[in-house]
Amino acid sequence: MAENVRPRVRVPATVAAGETITIKTLISHNMESGQRKDGDGNVIPRSIINRFTCDFNGQNVIDVTLEPAISRNPFFEFQATISESGTFQFTWYDDDGSVYEEQKEIAVE
Amino acid sequence: MKALALKGVAAVSALSFVAASALADENANLVVNGEIDMTIRAPAPDHMENMSEVMSGWLFRSSETQALQLDDFENPGMIWVDDAREVFASESGSGGESCASCHDSPEALAGVRAVYPKWDEEHGEVQSLEMQINECVTERMGGEPWKYTGGTMVNMTALLASVSRGMAVNVAIDGPAQSTWEMGRDLYYTRTGQLELSCANCHEDNYGNMIRADHLSQGQINGFPVYRLKNAKLNAVHSRFKGCVRDTRAQTYSPGSPEFIALELYVASRGNGLSVEGPSVRN
Repeated sequence: MAENVRPRVRVPATVAAGETITIKTLISHNMESGQRKDGDGNVIPRSIINRFTCDFNGQNVIDVTLEPAISRNPFFEFQATISESGTFQFTWYDDDGSVYEEQKEIAVE
Repeated sequence: MKALALKGVAAVSALSFVAASALADENANLVVNGEIDMTIRAPAPDHMENMSEVMSGWLFRSSETQALQLDDFENPGMIWVDDAREVFASESGSGGESCASCHDSPEALAGVRAVYPKWDEEHGEVQSLEMQINECVTERMGGEPWKYTGGTMVNMTALLASVSRGMAVNVAIDGPAQSTWEMGRDLYYTRTGQLELSCANCHEDNYGNMIRADHLSQGQINGFPVYRLKNAKLNAVHSRFKGCVRDTRAQTYSPGSPEFIALELYVASRGNGLSVEGPSVRN
């Protein structure tokens, strides 16, 4: 398992119904591309986050395929329009099979 | 509930195309997280004969780089601060103690960054923050010393700087520290290397001018450790000194050497009055 992987997410706690919010996510991850070689000339195996998804109350908001050229600690900023209270579910999929998850509640005022 | 736009994908790309015309607003103010009001301009300390105002390196960066420091979520340096928080709370060494055993929380050490390097009576020398941390690690916790500019050490100094943000740098230059400070001052004004450049040639005589594609700052160290876009990691102040001296094509002093400790004290004293900013974001 990759080391020091820590997902973090920023979502407003409350929102007016129908309002568009900005969501920021970052996961600390080395995103080893598989293109580099170590001191002995051996290829360092690829180890990246290959997919990121965000769902709100079961409905998909965004589904991203990540490629090796994306640099360390991938950061996503995107928007969603909210009409009801609920839970954001964020999921990152690692090459090594690990899945990192984070949840955030949001309430409509 | 729909994704409307995917604005930024991963990381900050090269800034090489941001030319001189993109230099930032000179009247900008630095307020981090909407609550920490930084002093980025201050009257020069009395000992500085050639300058009237000291300015944070933040002022010399492009507006895009400046923006990264306004919010901890966007400041890439804060990732390592979180790593250091874990180290702070985890036990190590022969005594089975952690930093938290004595110091409670990192916030209890607020203000420490602002006064280092500082005279240490027990050891009879000026100590940098790194030396103080290693004193804790080896003498109090019974562990192996951390590498001076290694990841664990830089992360910990970033954590300690982060809890002191907004406080004014205030290193003592008189009393027992005076001789070390004078040594640092002499180093600052001594030309080195094949290019025969002293620190002052760039950072005192030419700050605000361009050095090739880069905007020369005053070389203040209130923002260290800094996250640099060029290497995408936190950089310790002695690593930066080493890079600068190397660029004059000289043999450099080693990080943690008495020469760099003295230089750190002197350069820190040139920023007395500016806010502690670390971890800052620079290019």
